[in-house]
Amino acid sequence: MFDLKGYGPALLNGAVVTVELAFLSLALALVLGLIGAAAKLSNSRVAVGIATTYTTLIRGVPDLVMMLLFYYGGQVCVNMLSDYIWDTYEVDFFFQFNPFISGVITIGLIFGAYMTETFRGAFLAVETGQIEAARAYGFSTWHTFRRVMVPQMLRHALPGIGNNWQVLLKTTALVSIIGLTDMVRVAEEAAKAERMPFHFFIPVAFVYLALTAGSELFIKWLDKRANAGVIQES
Amino acid sequence: MPPDFIAAWLNRNEIFTAMTIMEYWDGMVTTVQLVFLCLIIGLAFAVPLAILRTVKNPFVSGPVWLYTYIFRGTPLLIQLYIIYYGVAQIPGIQETFWWEIFREPFYPALLAFTLNTCAYTTEIIRGAIISTPHGEIEAAKAYGMNWIMRMRRIVLPSAARRAVQAYSNEVIFMLHSSAIASVVTIVDLTGAARNIYSRFYAPFDAFIFVALCYMVLTFILVFVFRKIENHLLRHQRPVGS
Repeated sequence: MFDLKGYGPALLNGAVVTVELAFLSLALALVLGLIGAAAKLSNSRVAVGIATTYTTLIRGVPDLVMMLLFYYGGQVCVNMLSDYIWDTYEVDFFFQFNPFISGVITIGLIFGAYMTETFRGAFLAVETGQIEAARAYGFSTWHTFRRVMVPQMLRHALPGIGNNWQVLLKTTALVSIIGLTDMVRVAEEAAKAERMPFHFFIPVAFVYLALTAGSELFIKWLDKRANAGVIQES
Repeated sequence: MPPDFIAAWLNRNEIFTAMTIMEYWDGMVTTVQLVFLCLIIGLAFAVPLAILRTVKNPFVSGPVWLYTYIFRGTPLLIQLYIIYYGVAQIPGIQETFWWEIFREPFYPALLAFTLNTCAYTTEIIRGAIISTPHGEIEAAKAYGMNWIMRMRRIVLPSAARRAVQAYSNEVIFMLHSSAIASVVTIVDLTGAARNIYSRFYAPFDAFIFVALCYMVLTFILVFVFRKIENHLLRHQRPVGS
């Protein structure tokens, strides 16, 4: 069959790293997106300002530049912090800022900004009558949010979340540039060593294709479930 | 307080000399060239491909669908690697004149970016074409327009109006994706920043400056596309404004 010249297990491990990275970044992005959307919809001008600056900054800067900034800059920050702690408290504190952590932070931050827009739109799509009705029944703010807003908002947010996820999945390939041994990195090393670029990159491309195709089906299924009870106009 | 702080910072400034600023400028020129060329070529191929994609015959639309599906479903970085490392492996290419062109990393990168943006643009234009209101096509048919004239006078202009918003996002996306050109030794904006980072070991100075450069480019693009959009949708403007 397909001879991967002994790189098979390494590639498989790399694929697992890619998927882990993608899921952790998605979790961070969803949390940041909810916080961002809450800030943008709040009455506080400071919160709105911060959230708007965040989304504008993120959308103006390439993901790779952000990743390089967090990876190299993050290490410098940790070094300065550990110097400071050593000088003042004489405690040895140090950790290596690894590519995986910087990857999760960067991708999470970037897609958090996109999720902010998705969630904001979805919250605005919930009819105000629903919220007024919840208030009239004496629901607290938290209860209104949890029982009325979230279930109805999710239906509007799902297509956006799905699109962001597809882009996020492909962005994870960039983390190989700062040295994470994901499947792209393994394939690159193998391709250089064996001088067979097609042999190693094309299977990796197909893994990504399978991941995006699989997610597409899953998102469709979720969408159907979230829209249960809503009459679809065809 | 702030002026002192800035003056002190400027006195200690060893990074942003005329030489490094020129490096960034050269990088900016490369980035703009790369992005501009791939967008123009990509758009030129995307329009006919999008039309083919809307054709009912599956033997015509199928291959276009496959092309866009593969290029939209895989990371641009992988596509770049396949083309950059793969071109040298094509048997016999090193004896032809193509080798003179593809030996430079600029052209494999341009090819990869063009194929990628063309795939996304094809889908954007296709979406705009299939959402043409049916009445417009019926009216064109009633006027006796044939297929070519209908496309040229009715479908494509109205599709352009619907596609411009999504296309502006694609353009900005491409500008940001072009940063990966630095991975295959092209000294674009990001490449210049990486060189300057490794020379001074100053991540914040090198990368924050380049982030600002990209931001300026992004805002220029947003401004230009807002103008284009206003121009294309001028018939929808309220009367008297």
